[in-house]
Amino acid sequence: MKLKYFSAPYLVWMVVFILVPLLMIAFFAFTNDEGRFTMKYISDVGQYANIFVRSIWLSLIATVICLVIAYPVAFILSRMEKHKQGTMLMIVMLPMWMNFLLRTYAWMTLLGNNGIINHLFGMIGLGPFKLINTSGAVVLGMVYNYLPFMILPLYSVMEKIDNSMFEAAEDLGCSYFQTLFRVIIPLSVPGITSGITMVFVPAISTFIISRMLGGGSNLLVGDLIEMQFLGNAYNPHLGAAMSLVLMVIILVIMTVMNQFDPDDQVLM
Amino acid sequence: MKKLFSFVSVAMLCMSMLASCAEADVSEDYEEEEEVTQQTVTIEDPDYYTRFKGKGISINVYNWGDYISTGADEGTIDVNGEFEKLTGIKVNYTNFATNEELYAKLKGGAASYDVIIPSDYMISKMIKEDMIQPIDFDNIPNFKYIMENFRNQDYDPENAYSVPYTWGTVGIMYDTTIIDIPKEDIDWDLLWNEDYADQILMFDNPRDAFAIAEIMLGYSLNTENEEELRHAAEKLRQQKKNVQAYVMDEVFDKMGAGDALIAPYYAGDALTIMDDNDSLDFVVPKSGTNLFVDAMCIPKSAKQKEAAEMYINFMCEPDIAFANIDYICYSTPHQAAYDMLDEEVQSSPITYPDQQFIKDKTSVFVNLSDEANQLMQDLWTEMKSAEDENVNKWIAPVFLVFCVFLMAFVLIRRHIKKKKDIF
Amino acid sequence: MKKIGKIYLGLVLFFLYVPIFVLIVFSFNETKSRSVFSGFTFDWYIRLFNNRIIISSLINTIIIACVSSVISTVLGTLAAIGINNMRKVPKTVVMNITNMPIINPEIVTGVSLMLLFVFFAARMNLEFGFVTLLIAHITFNVPYVILNVMPKFNQMDPHIYEAAQDLGCSPVKAFRKVVLPEIMPGVISGFLMSFTYSLDDFVISYFTSGSTSQTLPITIYSMTRRKVSPEINALSTLIFISVVIILVVKNVIEKRALKKAGKI
Repeated sequence: MKLKYFSAPYLVWMVVFILVPLLMIAFFAFTNDEGRFTMKYISDVGQYANIFVRSIWLSLIATVICLVIAYPVAFILSRMEKHKQGTMLMIVMLPMWMNFLLRTYAWMTLLGNNGIINHLFGMIGLGPFKLINTSGAVVLGMVYNYLPFMILPLYSVMEKIDNSMFEAAEDLGCSYFQTLFRVIIPLSVPGITSGITMVFVPAISTFIISRMLGGGSNLLVGDLIEMQFLGNAYNPHLGAAMSLVLMVIILVIMTVMNQFDPDDQVLM
Repeated sequence: MKKLFSFVSVAMLCMSMLASCAEADVSEDYEEEEEVTQQTVTIEDPDYYTRFKGKGISINVYNWGDYISTGADEGTIDVNGEFEKLTGIKVNYTNFATNEELYAKLKGGAASYDVIIPSDYMISKMIKEDMIQPIDFDNIPNFKYIMENFRNQDYDPENAYSVPYTWGTVGIMYDTTIIDIPKEDIDWDLLWNEDYADQILMFDNPRDAFAIAEIMLGYSLNTENEEELRHAAEKLRQQKKNVQAYVMDEVFDKMGAGDALIAPYYAGDALTIMDDNDSLDFVVPKSGTNLFVDAMCIPKSAKQKEAAEMYINFMCEPDIAFANIDYICYSTPHQAAYDMLDEEVQSSPITYPDQQFIKDKTSVFVNLSDEANQLMQDLWTEMKSAEDENVNKWIAPVFLVFCVFLMAFVLIRRHIKKKKDIF
Repeated sequence: MKKIGKIYLGLVLFFLYVPIFVLIVFSFNETKSRSVFSGFTFDWYIRLFNNRIIISSLINTIIIACVSSVISTVLGTLAAIGINNMRKVPKTVVMNITNMPIINPEIVTGVSLMLLFVFFAARMNLEFGFVTLLIAHITFNVPYVILNVMPKFNQMDPHIYEAAQDLGCSPVKAFRKVVLPEIMPGVISGFLMSFTYSLDDFVISYFTSGSTSQTLPITIYSMTRRKVSPEINALSTLIFISVVIILVVKNVIEKRALKKAGKI
């Protein structure tokens, strides 16, 4: 009995439910209702260029903010005593296990014009500020929901950096900043790249966060695709074309990210 | 020590969980008892409903969110539960939020439903596209209760496909504590009023939103004229800067919590929201509005047509129709249920405006041509996705800088690698 | 320096936990207000337990999560064994395709499966509902199982399987006694991961669910769109508590296993 045949059931499954559906997206994007080849839908996507740009823009901001917040967190975690690390990591990751709809809903109640934040501001005689239904709220939702995705890969890379590295750097006359830029950051590049993809990809394609916190006027690519399949503008062909474009954008970004990865591994 | 601590914390959590469950259980029992004494459903012809008992049939019902009495409030009827008890037919009950979502699910062809509740224009669209099938009215004796003026409407002229479930008008809901305009003076232009910028909600579906603009511009609600549609879109574009959010069901949340001051919405839902928030009031603008009818239909793909008809008939039982209408606060086309309502509700200008107004100032949607629909959809997406200017000017430069950085980084890396290879 | 680190960590934790904490507090609020706490009550929990739609979708969710995670664990473990024994080129190809559902945005996976099911539905008698949901969940779960099991093979000495056979074990017995214990931690963490992903998934379920079954996240979605009801808060509280319990139990078990391993 050859062990490699064990994977046969999965290979069938993989072809039918992973490969074929993706090919169907491509098929739908290039055909019309009669099943004839057409470029119409792909070129129609151009009309929505501003939405694509906005999605990339907002998710880029969210990714950068996540990186800035998460980097020190991961570093602090990785320098804790070993037995504390596991518990701390669990505490940091715990909110992630709540359903993300509920987490986003929580921000809805916090940010509302009559929500707690504005209520607190009201007590000290300020506001009310317009917090919800802005693109800022969408970015906040992204940061909140995907921050742990950034912390985890960063932590797992930094955990492996030995303390003696810093001592060595210091002995060789590095200042704090030099240690940071010459030692820590270069060593954590794999964590940074995988963290960036893990935040950027879900952020660019979300439609829940923009709908719940963006108030329907901050459309993102995700909303647009959802609208074509289950929403107001029923048009699966256009939706498939948009999905295809989105996949290409993500593929390009992943390739760029791969450039930074020293080991040239498969991502994730 | 550590182990002990985690064990204790687990135990405590379990205890608190159990305690809350137990507490809930007790009160649940209590509540059920109370319910039995409060509500009894009388069915005129029980024999009719028992035909399918024990056959393990189930039907799929697709309805608007929160559009049926569920028994969650004390003393109300769990309509689906009663139906299951009575007939032995299992009800799979799921929700949609817009007519278009319903259309998309059904048009995709994969989900099969037995009973759906679309609105007027969607019904005529579905009839035209052969998506719903004629109902056998012999199986729906309770159709006799449906008021004469709600039969044979324009969307279903021979009344072969649909049984009206509810109707209502679209009006404006507003916060009386802040907006001090006399009620009689309120009209659609309130939604364009710059004094209340960022406090205004708007429909998140093109048909309802265009209707408001069309009334203001004096067009027909069913216009297919390209010029008029473009004017209406222009009108909506002018409104955009004052709009806080484009919403549908989220209105409940936002108006109920006082997050916005003004919103156009359906009369019945407005009443539900006003129950929660006393400072709200609702007015049907005098310049006219849209009258909508939501009706029960059976899709072509239904697997259990007879059971579906039984369900529709059940929904038209006077007690059930009353329970539903009492819960959702919409207007009913059901004579017997109407008679059971309090006098106060019967004469309410919100739910039952006077006949003359309905005749002169309201109109019902009918389906538009494909071209007009497409145009409306395109104009709508275009209007909604139009950028605020201040975002735009940053995007391009930052992108360029980002790309340059990337390129530089990649090149430097290659350079370093080459150097390394040399050594 | 250490102090600053602690303060910073505290701030981030504050950011992460405050929204959840607020949700929990307001699940006990007497009125529907979301900013003023006016009195303590358990009413919302009672209403939650009376809500048929929530309870039935909760049951659905649990059934789907159990079935899909068991199937995907079996499928994924077998696949990992097979892939591990492949030659380099097919191995890379298969692994790259396996990575697709993880790398691709969820919405694309959901949409692609929806297109596939629509296609099947038109030709065969397939209905959107339990079956489609199950297939979708297995599809996005299997890659996680594979990714969890594969590294265990890399850590394992490839010769011990042969050694066991040389010492007189049948291939099945050798597998059971030698290989399985080695990869078991990977299998278990793969199972747990797919179970939780399946419980939590909204986007893919949203596109593949149909007329007969609805999962809890979909119900939550329709709840958040509609009435302001602290029932949602009550539900969040219960979910949060169960998450805490599961994680703590998991940690305790893992620690115990570690200790045991250490003793031997």
